[in-house]
Amino acid sequence: MRRSYRLEGLDCADCAAKLERKLSSIDGMKSATVNFMTLKCTLEADDERMDEVASKAEKMIAVQEPDVEIRKL
Amino acid sequence: MNRKQKKWLHRILCAAVLYIAALILYHNQSLFPGALAEYISIGIFVAAYFIAGYDVLKKAVRNIGRGKLFDENFLMSLATIGAFAIRQYPEAVAVMLFYQVGELFQNVAVDKSRKSISDVMDIRPDYANLLTADGERKTDPEEVKVGDTIVIKPGERIPLDAEVLTGESLIDTAALTGEPVPRTARQGDTLLSGCINTTGVLTAKVTKPYGESTVMKILDLVENASSRKSESENFITRFSAVYTPVVVFSAIALAFLPPLFLPGHPFGQWINRALTFLVVSCPCALVISIPLSFFGGIGGASRKGILVKGSNFLEALAKTEIAVFDKTGTLTRGVFEVQRISPANGFTPELLLKNAAYAEYYSGHPIALSIRKAYGKEIDPADIRNAGETAGHGIHAEVSGKMILAGNRKLLAENGITVPDGENEAGTTVYVSSDGIYAGSILIADKIKDDAAEAIAGLKKNGVRKTVMLTGDAKETAKAVADSIGMDEFHAELLPGGKVDQMETLLKEKSAKGKLIFVGDGINDAPVLARADIGIAMGGLGSDAAIEAADVVIMTDEPGKLVTALKISRKTLKIANQNTVFAIAVKLGVLVLGAFGLANMWEAVFADVGVAVIAILNSMRNLSTKDV
Repeated sequence: MRRSYRLEGLDCADCAAKLERKLSSIDGMKSATVNFMTLKCTLEADDERMDEVASKAEKMIAVQEPDVEIRKL
Repeated sequence: MNRKQKKWLHRILCAAVLYIAALILYHNQSLFPGALAEYISIGIFVAAYFIAGYDVLKKAVRNIGRGKLFDENFLMSLATIGAFAIRQYPEAVAVMLFYQVGELFQNVAVDKSRKSISDVMDIRPDYANLLTADGERKTDPEEVKVGDTIVIKPGERIPLDAEVLTGESLIDTAALTGEPVPRTARQGDTLLSGCINTTGVLTAKVTKPYGESTVMKILDLVENASSRKSESENFITRFSAVYTPVVVFSAIALAFLPPLFLPGHPFGQWINRALTFLVVSCPCALVISIPLSFFGGIGGASRKGILVKGSNFLEALAKTEIAVFDKTGTLTRGVFEVQRISPANGFTPELLLKNAAYAEYYSGHPIALSIRKAYGKEIDPADIRNAGETAGHGIHAEVSGKMILAGNRKLLAENGITVPDGENEAGTTVYVSSDGIYAGSILIADKIKDDAAEAIAGLKKNGVRKTVMLTGDAKETAKAVADSIGMDEFHAELLPGGKVDQMETLLKEKSAKGKLIFVGDGINDAPVLARADIGIAMGGLGSDAAIEAADVVIMTDEPGKLVTALKISRKTLKIANQNTVFAIAVKLGVLVLGAFGLANMWEAVFADVGVAVIAILNSMRNLSTKDV
């Protein structure tokens, strides 16, 4: 299952790449991509773990990039 | 520029004015008595520094708390505060000022390329006109269900995949296919979401929910393409993970080791050199510009009707060494048409065709269909009697009282009719006799696509070493097609398994770095598409199977698009390489010069933000596809 977010205000490509690496390391995350050009963040996890993984990811984004506004797509 | 960026610019201008004032004062200290001028100018320098860089400092402090020590803001703050500490006030302010100018420029450039990318992908419909019992209602395309009726007016974008119920119009498919010529849509025709209705009002029945519509599939594909990273991107990721720590630790070593161990070397000089290192330590130029070039390439390709499913595929295309083609539907149109009518023994072409069409009236064979299509007139079944088929040979029937045979050479020979020897031609020849007299032959063949030969020549020009055609058809047909379009090699009479075997042989032939592409119509060739380095499906518009199976989908059925794809790929790779080499060379150069004290903060700022801006501008060239 996939879930997508829009990360408004993500203005550093290096941060996007780092964020992508960190998100990918979350336990239960199958794949995570942060697209700096489209500002789109896509998470993939098993259906039953999606909510848990997504909430961890949301928290991580908020901590890593406090200036970014997270919007669920 | 948006509001945030304008505010940013005003801040920079304000700081710049203060900086110049302070600089004048700093260099003309005789204007005030004693050390007063120096104190005042330092005060103004500090003010300018905070106006220019307070947000950088704020972020830096926040990042220390989170252990992000290799963060750009932190390094820049450290470098400038360090410059203040060794009493290099003008340098400290200038570095921050230029860093901000560069960041702003970078920000504007990224915004601009984001906008051009979203323009490329601007095929998302805003609304749908849903037809309900109470009349028409504007609604979100997502709320429309399968089976609902929608109204599409001239100038509107088709919101969902649908089938025309009433009306007739010209449809502009350019956004999906890159094709400038509009298509006609009438009752029963399929409408694809994302296209634009140009001339007439259409009502249509929705066939797919919005989430599964063509437009959503394409957008999803293009947006997610960047998740499959190219080798260049992987290289940059690995490089930057090593680069920043190495440079930062070298800076620390540079600041402390020489003054401690070499006599006569003051700390100030070496700290200055170390600060230069810190400024150059961010790999931002590379991290932004490489994915941007690939994203631009993928976006540009999609505008031309070529969907590339990943940056890795776009990168690999440029290394194509062997191009393998399926014949039917890829190089030829896959539609059998009467190509030549050769009457004999006094029959007119019309009579020959008429006899054949009547005889083949009850047959459902593709050849019969194309003969009847060429005849084009109503057939009166009352004129046909005792029609029958000899499997694998042909047809016999009494047409207006005359016994007509239509089939291969063997059929006529068995009935004692001699057929003059003809030349071997691509296609299928149907021989016709009337009451035992040979009436002539009709050649039915698959037509070669108009741009097939041009495409093969174009591939050769763009570095493809060998072109190969695989087909299940007869050898003569295959040879004729291969020769007429300049194919290097062909393998005919292949069963589906044989195509895979041929692929294995060809894969062994290519060099280690070279790639093998397979181009097919996406039907029946899934195993071969999967085996190739890059599987390309042609004519994917509206065909889900093809979009699923292939790595690259060409929306129209023109082989010429392959050349376009190759050109876009080569251009992307060229830009990515230019940026990589340029950025690394400048950075390393400044590092080396800096270590020996030959480059200072100014060069370092250029190596950081200047290079980033130049690399972004270079990448943005890839968003335009005018010259490919």
